Amino acid sequence: MLQKLTRRDFNKLLLSGVAGSALGLFGKSNTAFASTKRVVVIGGGFGGAAAAKYLRKLDPSIAVTLVEPKAIFYTCPFSNWVLGGLKTMEDIAHTYTVLKNKYQINIVSDVVTSIDVTKGTVKLKSGNVLSYDRLVVSPGIDFKWDSIGGYSESVANSKMPHSWHAGPQTILLHKQLLGMRDGGNVFICPPANPFRCPPGPYERASLIAYYLKEHKPKSKIIIFDAKENFSKQELFKKGWERLYPGMIEWRSSAMGGKVSRVDAGAMTVTTEFGVEKGDVINVIPAQKAGKIAFDAGLTDATGWCPINPVSFESTIHPGIHVIGDASFAGAMPKSGFAASSQGKVAAAAIVRLFQGKVPAAPSLVNTCYSLLAPKYGISVAGVYKLTVEGIVEIKEAGGLTPINADDDQLREEALFAEGWYKNISLDTWG
Amino acid sequence: MVLKLGIRLAVCALSLMVIATGSGILSAAGRVSSKPEGQVHSQKAEFNPRGQVLALSCTSCHGTDGKSAGIIPSIYGRSAVYLETALKAFKSGARYSTVMSRHAKGYSDEELRLISEYFAMISHNHK
Ligand SMILES: Cc1cc2nc3c(=O)[nH]c(=O)nc-3n(C[C@H](O)[C@H](O)[C@H](O)COP(=O)(O)OP(=O)(O)OC[C@H]3O[C@@H](n4cnc5c(N)ncnc54)[C@H](O)[C@@H]3O)c2cc1C
Repeated sequence: MLQKLTRRDFNKLLLSGVAGSALGLFGKSNTAFASTKRVVVIGGGFGGAAAAKYLRKLDPSIAVTLVEPKAIFYTCPFSNWVLGGLKTMEDIAHTYTVLKNKYQINIVSDVVTSIDVTKGTVKLKSGNVLSYDRLVVSPGIDFKWDSIGGYSESVANSKMPHSWHAGPQTILLHKQLLGMRDGGNVFICPPANPFRCPPGPYERASLIAYYLKEHKPKSKIIIFDAKENFSKQELFKKGWERLYPGMIEWRSSAMGGKVSRVDAGAMTVTTEFGVEKGDVINVIPAQKAGKIAFDAGLTDATGWCPINPVSFESTIHPGIHVIGDASFAGAMPKSGFAASSQGKVAAAAIVRLFQGKVPAAPSLVNTCYSLLAPKYGISVAGVYKLTVEGIVEIKEAGGLTPINADDDQLREEALFAEGWYKNISLDTWG
Repeated sequence: MVLKLGIRLAVCALSLMVIATGSGILSAAGRVSSKPEGQVHSQKAEFNPRGQVLALSCTSCHGTDGKSAGIIPSIYGRSAVYLETALKAFKSGARYSTVMSRHAKGYSDEELRLISEYFAMISHNHK
């Protein structure tokens, strides 16, 4: 839809009163003032919890229900720090107590099994049904289990964890690392783009190396990558040379990196170059939007959910806002920071839409810190604006930690990484 | 008084932005939002919706309402002038930062002013 409009038409549309209906902005509440203001949020992760909190904060007359099955949410951010022995699982655990008590969000511990888009209801696993005037969907990712032969959910839960959802998966991988012999081989197998947290696998390699260097220095890490290059590549490679010389090997997809099969019994991976045996094997499969997004028909052929970038309202089902990893948000990466930014933008838009007003044109932000060692941090930042092409990155802004950054800068970035985690956690669940 | 002036400035910035939409950057809310800003005499100043939606991005690092719990500086409690000056210095590179200049470069001067005014207004409203 967006692509078919010229830039001039698009700007004109947004400035005129018809913008909303032409772009599907107003969705189901085309009538100016909604009589009831009930929002149901699916998923209490970075996107959903931020949306729920900010809906209540920006307009306390909105009744918000958050549906999330987990009583404790373990964040993927900083789960690599747990693997490196720098944080504990308690450090990355968050609950919904403050959202419930301080922000008076109705927390429902359940799973949404279906969405009735015409009736405006969601059905829960318990059988209960909730009605909404607007729905926010932030279910995160699901895995394409068949993207690697021999891999499956049960293999992930027993022998070869993905650890791309934090919680039991993090604990399993951590246990395997603790139990490994000195001189063992750790394999990390990241997927092709797009996937959750583009720098995540490389931060993981760094912090596992940090642990191994101290405790099992004869060990090695091999990254079998399905890609030809990766996020913050030069910064990571420089850091690895400085901190962990000879310990981390990265194989690009063309150089024997692409894993086609795994064998959980034999603990091997198969690439074009042959079969290799590992001691700990972390397989990160290809990804798609969370299941409920598919079941509700919110996804398109890409496997992600197309949205209107002003309000994150679905271009398929009006009245439903999809945020976070599940959405297709143009140039924005799939990160907790991005999900939170989108959650707040969606909340602000919903507040305006309930008032019969056009949402304010947002600007979206991302910063992803990666830790290579306790005093060695790097980052990538981006500011994103809305244009006729959708969400694009502003060329003049953003970018990486300079490749020649000195030790003071790297230490400062490591400190800011912790500062960021503290604040985004409080901004989302606190 | 200072507050009223700040709001006037915001309205000016908004009308500029509406004119400036040829740049391809959307500022849809600019025109729509000019109404609430008229109510400058109310006790609690109304937020400029564009300033608000821009400022919400900042809280992921600086904390809800700009109140930071850790090493990252708080924005809360700072005056609009202080914040705008700081943001513009980050944008030009005059002030050293690890990441702030990478962010500040993503905003027009008018947008930086709206963000500064939003945080100053939050601090004022909480008093
Ligand atoms: C190792 C690793 C490191 C990372 N590090 C960073 C980092 O440093 N910085 C950063 O910004 N990002 C980081 N990320 C990315 C970040 O974790 C995700 O981008 C973020 O969690 C996305 O938020 P979300 O709301 O889309 O999904 P999630 O945070 O995954 O939340 C989804 C929630 O929805 C719930 N849910 C799903 N389906 C249903 C249903 N049907 N009914 C009810 N509830 C449902 C789930 O239980 C879950 O709690 C990292 C990721 C990984 C894997």
